[in-house]
Amino acid sequence: MTVAAFAFYLFALCVIAGGLMTVVSRHPVHSVLWLILSFISSAGLFVLLGAEFVAMLLIIVYVGAVAVLFLFVVMMLDVDFAELKAGMAQYFPIAVLIGLVLLMQFGLAFGDWRVSDLAEGQRQAVAPVGVDNTTSLGLLIYDQYFLLFQLAGLILLVAMIGAIVLTIRHRKDVKRQNVLTQMWRDPAAAVENVNVVPGQGLLKIPGRDKDKNRGQ
Amino acid sequence: MITDDLIIIVPEIILALFAMLALVGAVYTRKDAIGPLLTWVSAGLLALMGVWIAVNGDGDNTAFNGMFVDDGFARFAKVVVLISAAAVLAMSQDYMKQRGLLRFEYPLLVVLAVVGMMVMVSAGDLMALYMGLELQSLSLYVIASLRRDSVKSTEAGMKYFVLGALSSGLLLYGASLVYGFAGTTQFAGIILAAGEGQTSLGLLFGLTFVVAGLAFKVSAVPFHMWTPDVYEGAPTPITAFFATAPKMAAMGLFARVVHDAFGGVVADWQQILALLSLLSMFLGAVAAIGQKNIKRLMAYSSIAHMGYALMGLAAGTAFGVQAMLIYMAIYVTMNVGTFAFILTLSRDGQPVASIDALNMYSKREPGKALAVLVLMFSLAGVPPLVGFFGKFYVLRAAYDAGLAWLAIAGVVASVIGAFYYLRIVFYVYFGDEVEDLDTDRNPVLFGFLMSSAALIALAWFPGLNLLGLEAMALSAAEALLN
Repeated sequence: MTVAAFAFYLFALCVIAGGLMTVVSRHPVHSVLWLILSFISSAGLFVLLGAEFVAMLLIIVYVGAVAVLFLFVVMMLDVDFAELKAGMAQYFPIAVLIGLVLLMQFGLAFGDWRVSDLAEGQRQAVAPVGVDNTTSLGLLIYDQYFLLFQLAGLILLVAMIGAIVLTIRHRKDVKRQNVLTQMWRDPAAAVENVNVVPGQGLLKIPGRDKDKNRGQ
Repeated sequence: MITDDLIIIVPEIILALFAMLALVGAVYTRKDAIGPLLTWVSAGLLALMGVWIAVNGDGDNTAFNGMFVDDGFARFAKVVVLISAAAVLAMSQDYMKQRGLLRFEYPLLVVLAVVGMMVMVSAGDLMALYMGLELQSLSLYVIASLRRDSVKSTEAGMKYFVLGALSSGLLLYGASLVYGFAGTTQFAGIILAAGEGQTSLGLLFGLTFVVAGLAFKVSAVPFHMWTPDVYEGAPTPITAFFATAPKMAAMGLFARVVHDAFGGVVADWQQILALLSLLSMFLGAVAAIGQKNIKRLMAYSSIAHMGYALMGLAAGTAFGVQAMLIYMAIYVTMNVGTFAFILTLSRDGQPVASIDALNMYSKREPGKALAVLVLMFSLAGVPPLVGFFGKFYVLRAAYDAGLAWLAIAGVVASVIGAFYYLRIVFYVYFGDEVEDLDTDRNPVLFGFLMSSAALIALAWFPGLNLLGLEAMALSAAEALLN
């Protein structure tokens, strides 16, 4: 067995084991950690395919951002996972049944997998030899797939608008910092020199009538 | 070269730029206070684009290496989408303002959703299809839960989002299988690869998953579960929007995928579409009988209508596509009118959705009651109203394509479905006396209700000939199948 084959089986096994443990593990934090394992293993599989850019993307975006976000959500929100899973036992047999049927169907589909004779000639985005992933992806995305790139931008814009529309509330009763008023404050108007007579204390501070009892 | 491509997508560019500029403009000026103005401007721009595409569009153009197709079919679908979206925006202005829902983002999200729909019906590539679909769906998820203080509205948005994400997953999985088989995501390449020899099982799986994902978007049974809840929970103008433009766009996309990408394996998808159509017609007809809420009722009604439109598509012929387009154009017109009516229903300023409230409506508003009568008869498919011709075309298309059993089932389902449409008419004319509804004097809603009813009631006259709809749909269908 070559090193590449060994690495493939190792990573593939880790992906499957990680996915399985994500679903079955009791503790949600463990689930997220298993998920991270399967992400990293998939990244390894991508490296074996020669798609190093996607591999790094998977690690940076999925492990670095998404999984950490999951961890935060799991740890910060008070979600009772035991309660969420309570209904699972009830549906477990039927879920297993459907899963088995699906698995058999996919076995059929992939067992008889045939690629069209034209497929090889029709490939649109063949990676040029001797050019690294990042360059060839850049050439594709900003040229051939320009429209898709811009549409993806619009989708993200909609997501942003949506998040704002659905969550922002303009509350009137909250004190907000206004940097400009702070900066434009005039020391002459804001500070007042009071001549304190010895032995009498500060009975009355001009401009702070509310606090006049404090000195007594 | 890029200039040629950009010229083809000018309408989409104008709408997207308008949305972005208006967004920034509104944020830096008076925010929600200019919501009504933006709604009118957006509606005007959408209608203008619709007219422009209808008048200016010509020939068969592709842009971005075949990723974007601008042909007669795409233009037909775009005109219906744009005009209906403009109509719904114009109708919604008053309702949304009264209920404090007219945020300035609302018209802009509708415009962005329309951009997504335009990309959908013009898609020439699985990736462009997905991008258009996501742009449209994401905007729709947000506006479904626009009334965020209401549990029902947030539930509607949440349900739509989760199930929509699931269906997108199905679609993407199917797309990846198709790509694995054909080696390309372009429809032009897929049809070449799929056409030769015996269909591979992998391609069949991909096709099934793609069709399932699309069936969710047109809310065909058994992928319809979200529809009644979303229709009921969303604010009524948004329900009106859901029932019109996105349905046309999704049916257009459906037709484009099955003919442009899988035109070589008609027999394989015909059976799926026939089954979807059969189930949708019957479930839509039977389940609506028990509904007391008119918005839920319209949801089931739209499921049934999608069944008929799918019947046209299932025929797999140019005539079938033509029938589907005619059906959708008529369906959209009827729904604009019906929702203009539903929007006028209120009691003490609160919207009313129960059909019991319609009792003896004819006594107070004889004119509107007559319009409702026309619309309901047409929705039920009673001749000689225009709705009958829509059904007639799809039934004939199915019969010609050898799906006589489906056509017969369609007739049976339409008889069952007629019950609940006619029950509304019964309530309006003969029901018991109930507490009066508010008299609505909104000229926009009145205008849309009356003009839609007039179109439905009169367009079938021999001289008017459905206003040339038949010929337009024919050239659109021929553009798709060539």
